[in-house]
Amino acid sequence: MSETQNMDADNDLAISMRGVTKIFGNTPEEALALLRKGMSKTEVQAETGHVVGLDDVSLDIEKGQIFVVMGLSGSGKSTLIRHVNRLIDPTGGEIVVNGIDVLKMTQPELRTFRRTEIAMVFQKFGLLPHRTVLDNVAYGLEVRGVAKKQRLDEAAKWIEIVGLAGYEHSRTRQLSGGQQQRVGLARALAMDTDIILMDEAFSALDPLIRSGMQDQLIQLQKDLNKTILFITHDFDEALKIGNRIAVLKDGSLQQVGKPEDIVLKPANEHIEEFVRDVNKARAIHVRSIMERGVTEPCEQAVSIDARCEDVLPLFADHKWVGVLDADGQQVGRVTARQVIMALAKHTPPPLAA
Amino acid sequence: MFPEIIDTRPLRRAVDDGLNWVVGHWSGALEAAASPLAILLNALEKLLIGTPWWLIAAILAGIAWLATRRWQLPLFVVLSMLFLGVMNLWQDAMTTMALMIAATLTAIVISIPVGVWMSRSRAVRQIATPLLDLMQTMPSFVYLIPTVMIFGPGKIPALIATIVYAAPPLVRLTDLGLRSVDPAVMEASRAFGSSPGQRLLGVQIPLALPTILAGINQTTMMALAMVVIASMIGAGGLGYQVLQGIGRLEVSRGLFAGLGIVALAIIFDRITQSFGKQLQTRIGLSEGRT
Repeated sequence: MSETQNMDADNDLAISMRGVTKIFGNTPEEALALLRKGMSKTEVQAETGHVVGLDDVSLDIEKGQIFVVMGLSGSGKSTLIRHVNRLIDPTGGEIVVNGIDVLKMTQPELRTFRRTEIAMVFQKFGLLPHRTVLDNVAYGLEVRGVAKKQRLDEAAKWIEIVGLAGYEHSRTRQLSGGQQQRVGLARALAMDTDIILMDEAFSALDPLIRSGMQDQLIQLQKDLNKTILFITHDFDEALKIGNRIAVLKDGSLQQVGKPEDIVLKPANEHIEEFVRDVNKARAIHVRSIMERGVTEPCEQAVSIDARCEDVLPLFADHKWVGVLDADGQQVGRVTARQVIMALAKHTPPPLAA
Repeated sequence: MFPEIIDTRPLRRAVDDGLNWVVGHWSGALEAAASPLAILLNALEKLLIGTPWWLIAAILAGIAWLATRRWQLPLFVVLSMLFLGVMNLWQDAMTTMALMIAATLTAIVISIPVGVWMSRSRAVRQIATPLLDLMQTMPSFVYLIPTVMIFGPGKIPALIATIVYAAPPLVRLTDLGLRSVDPAVMEASRAFGSSPGQRLLGVQIPLALPTILAGINQTTMMALAMVVIASMIGAGGLGYQVLQGIGRLEVSRGLFAGLGIVALAIIFDRITQSFGKQLQTRIGLSEGRT
């Protein structure tokens, strides 16, 4: 189901899930037995009235990456993310976060874990309407027991970073959706945890604002090197921000891999459907199609992380565009022809009439 | 006629004997248990009657101003106080106010914890709901008789009857308010590792406060509605004047005392409602609707 069984790298794993299954209902064991016999989610629901939330999900999420779980509504993605900090208890399976088994925690241990190791951003923001922006951002620290002055200073710093300076004493309802989600983001960042969970964090926002928030998230991740587990139903969003993407359908994993792997080698029809409408220029990195090796320096160059869409405008004035590694050394170059071929190859042929 | 299936006389006798037994053996203990209520009520009454009329009028008008930030309600307060004074109803009005305030305070102390408990446990809610229905629908005379038998006629049974009648809406609205707090907010609070106590005091109660205040408003109104019945068992106050009006067929006496009750009701209703609205705007729940 996934190609992530590299157990030797355990120390670098932020989150590891093994065979996590969740069935909603009064007698989940019964439904679980039917599921194990090979019944589908719909059949189990018709038979027992139990809803299968997650079906044997195993995931490894390395430290310092943005890991995106993509799925349509009802695919179980919000259920999945809530297992990581045990807002939902699984019916079966194992969840290890930062090397600690989350399911073995007692209630007080779980509270300490949530206060110190993991922060969360919500689709519906989950802000406290009776508090000011400043107090909202400081909320997690307040729960943790940080002294008032210290937590307010910390909160003010993060409000500044997410670009809400001047709104410290506003009420959250006076802010726009995008601003409210910045408050939610600042509240999570103020916790200074290594792991941040983001449940459809940008789905409620307007497209322009969403795009800006995505850029900001990518930048923040680069600066802070957090592990971010991001849930979305938007494939374009997944391709834009994800270092790795997992696709979920009916509670079970369909494919896990780098964005390019998913676009170029969709594992099944369901994923192909997503891929068909996707902007491939965004998904394909130039490094995977460039001509490698040392050549004469090009006038224009892009970083090794650039995608096809980043180089396209440069071809207007230049035949070749260089590709630079992290140290600024040119390691390859691309032409418009290579890019066009790559895009054409991965666009399905028009249906024969 | 419905056929007589069993003889119910022994059952009735058992209930009556049981009550007599309680009165005989427990009335001293129950009276002692109710003494804090007596102390509260007497202190309030003494305070209200001992305070000069103009000071009470000024304080009430001030509270009305703080609640509404307009001149209409304070003016109404002053005119009502003058009316009560001119009609020679001042002392009765203060007695009634003391009973109402004592009942409301006691109801708040009892109802809010019960409401919190109900909101957290389905079992408690299933037991408490029919009990509250009973308290609200049972004709008050039914429980007035035993309370009078235990405590003797006077202010204590009147206060207890008023509390029994006035507390249920506050319990219900506390429960409702706590349960209707946005689940997304509660979940976010949980995700940050809050303890149940932190969630209750930091999230649930502040967000439920407008609903709880609506409950307090209901409680004050129902306490005032009880004053006539309460005066039948010795609570005195404006209700007693109404009763005398009935007894002596003096329409004017009943009418003016009745108008006094109405005036008090309007004042306390508007004040508690306005505080609720203020709170709602502060939380931002009523934005776009005002």
